[in-house]
Amino acid sequence: MKKLNKSTQKLITTLAVIVVLYIVMSIMDGTGNLSSLMSGLLVPVCAYSLVAVGLNLCVGYLGELSLGHAGFMCVGAFTSAFFSKLFQDSIPDVPRFILALVIGTLMAALFGFLIAIPVLRLSGDYLAIVTLAFGEIIKNVINVLYVGVDSNGLHFSIKDQMSLGMEPTGKMLVNGAQGITGTPRQSTFTIAVLLLIIALIVTHNFVNSRTGRAVKAIRDNQIAAETVGLPVTKYKLVAFTISAAIAGVGGVLYAHNINSLTATTNNFGYNMSIMILVYVVLGGIGNFSGSVIAAVVLTMLPEMLRGLSTYRMLIYSIVLIVLMLFNWAPAILKWREEHGITTAAIVGKFKKTKEVR
Amino acid sequence: MKKRMLSLALCGAMVATMFAGCGDNSASTGSSENVDTSGELTWKIGGIGPTTGGAAQYGQGVMNAIQIAVDEVNAAGGINGYQVAFNFQDDEADPQKAVNAYNTLKDWGMQILEGTVTSGACAAVSAETYNDRIFQVTPSASSTSVTEGHDNTFQICFSDPNQGTVSADYIAENGLGNKIGIIYDSSDPYSTGVYQNFATEAANVGLEIVATEAFTADSKTDFTTQLQKCKDAEADLLFLPFYYTEGSIVLTQANKMGYEPTMFGVDGFDGLLGVENFDVSLAEGVYLLTPFAADAEDEATQSFVSKYEEQYGGTPNQFAADAYDGIYILKEALESANLTPEASNEEICEALIAAIQEVNYDGLTGEGMTWNAAGEVSKSPKAVIIQDGGYVSVQ
Amino acid sequence: MGFLTYLVNGLSLGSVYALIALGYTMVYGIAKMLNFAHGDVIMIGAYVVFMCMSNSGMPAVVSIVISIVCCTALGMIIEKIAYKPLRKATNLAVLITAIGVSYFLQNMALMIFGSNPVSFTSVINWEGLSFADGALKITGNAIVTIITCVVIMIVLMWFVKNTKPGQAMRAVSEDKDAAVLMGINVNATISLTFAIGSGLAAIAGALLCSSYPSLTPYTGSMPGIKAFTAAVFGGIGSIPGALVGGLLLGIIEILARAYISSQLADAIVFAVLIIVLLVKPTGILGKQIKEKV
Repeated sequence: MKKLNKSTQKLITTLAVIVVLYIVMSIMDGTGNLSSLMSGLLVPVCAYSLVAVGLNLCVGYLGELSLGHAGFMCVGAFTSAFFSKLFQDSIPDVPRFILALVIGTLMAALFGFLIAIPVLRLSGDYLAIVTLAFGEIIKNVINVLYVGVDSNGLHFSIKDQMSLGMEPTGKMLVNGAQGITGTPRQSTFTIAVLLLIIALIVTHNFVNSRTGRAVKAIRDNQIAAETVGLPVTKYKLVAFTISAAIAGVGGVLYAHNINSLTATTNNFGYNMSIMILVYVVLGGIGNFSGSVIAAVVLTMLPEMLRGLSTYRMLIYSIVLIVLMLFNWAPAILKWREEHGITTAAIVGKFKKTKEVR
Repeated sequence: MKKRMLSLALCGAMVATMFAGCGDNSASTGSSENVDTSGELTWKIGGIGPTTGGAAQYGQGVMNAIQIAVDEVNAAGGINGYQVAFNFQDDEADPQKAVNAYNTLKDWGMQILEGTVTSGACAAVSAETYNDRIFQVTPSASSTSVTEGHDNTFQICFSDPNQGTVSADYIAENGLGNKIGIIYDSSDPYSTGVYQNFATEAANVGLEIVATEAFTADSKTDFTTQLQKCKDAEADLLFLPFYYTEGSIVLTQANKMGYEPTMFGVDGFDGLLGVENFDVSLAEGVYLLTPFAADAEDEATQSFVSKYEEQYGGTPNQFAADAYDGIYILKEALESANLTPEASNEEICEALIAAIQEVNYDGLTGEGMTWNAAGEVSKSPKAVIIQDGGYVSVQ
Repeated sequence: MGFLTYLVNGLSLGSVYALIALGYTMVYGIAKMLNFAHGDVIMIGAYVVFMCMSNSGMPAVVSIVISIVCCTALGMIIEKIAYKPLRKATNLAVLITAIGVSYFLQNMALMIFGSNPVSFTSVINWEGLSFADGALKITGNAIVTIITCVVIMIVLMWFVKNTKPGQAMRAVSEDKDAAVLMGINVNATISLTFAIGSGLAAIAGALLCSSYPSLTPYTGSMPGIKAFTAAVFGGIGSIPGALVGGLLLGIIEILARAYISSQLADAIVFAVLIIVLLVKPTGILGKQIKEKV
């Protein structure tokens, strides 16, 4: 048997850790040992992790900074929630959720593709600002989108509810800034973990595939890649589309876990895009398992700090700055090396204390 | 290598946070009794609202007001002889964070929820309380999506349809304006909700809407264009269903333009006069809907306002007053249902759903308030006009 | 006449964006980092002016000077603690730290100044100009902001071109390593850039809040993002580009709101931005960087 290469070994370790955590969490949840806060966070954490994995593909392997991934998440969330709401009474739960997932993912991929065509001509911060602009457009349009359904079929408007001209018995599906209310809650922890594992396997296979290697070559030296005859645009498109699709999956999970889906700056605007970028950079650029871990830690952190009440977000921001310095500042890294406070040592100590427990 | 180290460090942190979470859990929800340090049973009332983020001023007002009410109730012997414990959690006005805050409160052992402050977040939380059968009153989330289909959720403020309709009727009856211009926040559920109901009712009562302009949370500094378009359409009354933070800018900019229509705000405008350093002469003649005036003469209001100013600084607005009333309404309902904290959440919820519909309460924000099964309060929005830096009710 | 009014409104909004964008572009051009905390420094600057003017009754000019001093100090402290240690790390790491600083400043302001909005007294007591019997008004705020903007732009361009520290900045921006070889103190130069950028933020804060007088701890964040957009629009790193980008962004925003749809104005602004960048991928006045082979 061929020896597994290092990155595959790492993937298997990551998946094993996720599965173990999943089992532990499920047992604790099943036996009522998990706090409501924790069990409520399980699905959102997976959703954010998915988006972070998607963005990491873009930032780490394509080498392009995107500030619009919350936009793809938004597309996935709204299209799938719209579908679920529309067919709430006509399709049974399980096939409807699968269809919603497929539709959400495909729509996010489609938007990713459409955006990528013009955007990938740009580079660096210009690309970043265009993706940011795109995310803001999506949010703005969804906020003024009104869709209702009555016996005559669907009604659309980008002005207000009155201009839909619906029958009084009609049902609002998307109600402008009030968004979509009453999406069936179908995201479970099992589905979320399953999707996360699939996403990790897909990204891992992708970056190690022929296409993935080409993408890395383009990232490292686009001109050289062009010279050897790689179809640069095509490979970039593929990578960006996959990245958007994964973010879309995260959006589907998010949407089917909450009763009230609205598009605001905090959940689908640039604030969220930036937050996801924080997960990616803190977790390690190009390191998918790192993204998942960072997403988990940084989602949990403000919740765990709730005891500090008004100081909560202040402490959170300080922790964020300190973490960044601790993990990235060259001087501190050197200092840690000298004093034996490397990550391996910390983890070693932690393992021991855990055993004692 | 660095990346690997990094991921391991974060992994350690993750496990640590998870254990921390579990630790919290066993301490707070392990027992079904609600025991505080003195070993006695208490009522556990939770609150949710934004105390950080762009809507922080509304959430903090509510939090402070509930604290005042809880302290008063406790000093007077509690509810049915039991003291009240109060815990307020931040949601940054975000639905997902609100659900997280709600779960935190559940772990704390919350029996009754007073929150959340904003409509979007409240719709997400009321679905949760409905499933968990926890009784909920909201001081200020006025959207119908909060109460629709949730029999356990009651509003202390007026609902969006209520405000929009009353405003249109009031304007039509009193002939305040012939040509109506509207400016609203198209990215805010509350603002669009009121606007749509207003526009619907305006058509019924024959008001002519000549301009409908919007702004969003991302561009809420410059209103000159919206005002100019209303001016060009010769609107003589502006309907402004949004909050006072933006309201103060609109008034300033209209004044600079030399545009002086009748301004008609809804309940979000309450608090305008409390904005530090605001030139109140700009607000002269502004109509707004509020059941509460901080300078009212009655003893209850004055005691509340002076306590608020003393403890937290600033003038409480209507949301704070609604929140303050909320605690007393809960007290009255709990007393009439004769409940004790020993009851399960579900028992409390079912009993309160029945009891609150029997309550007839006189508070800071209205007299003879009653609730229907849909969760709406009976108090009808009253228009007041700002004169000489104070509210004057006009009837 | 309607069009002219909108144009003037657009100019006054745009001049505020331009003023903020100058700070962005200054820091970006030299330190090559997106300082996402710039908007929040502006907010702090505005609060300082507010405290001095309205609470202590100082004259406007003195208040602004105090605010400039405070913001410059703040900018240098932030740079020293949060950005300097990461100078040799990847650009993205600094970007994330800047976001952390942004959260920190917002929450700090929330603790100190509270969440209630305060109404900012305009630092300019001039009614402005009025044409055609008052049908067309240009407010004093708008005129002062535009003039300030142009003056700052010219001073900055002169500074960067003709003074020693300015030349050092240009050298650092071209090539840090080569600059070191030329005997330039790169760290000091970048710190100076932050000091200037933050000082500008104080002026921007005072003028932003004079035009749009509601001040909260979150006042700076959205204009910050818009100004960042404006800086990119004009060609990030280019000083005149920031002015052009800011003014154009303001005008497009107002005209879109006036003539197309006030609900979709944000979307239209960003759509125009995307189109412009597709036609001119480095912004309106941005330098075309030749790729090294």
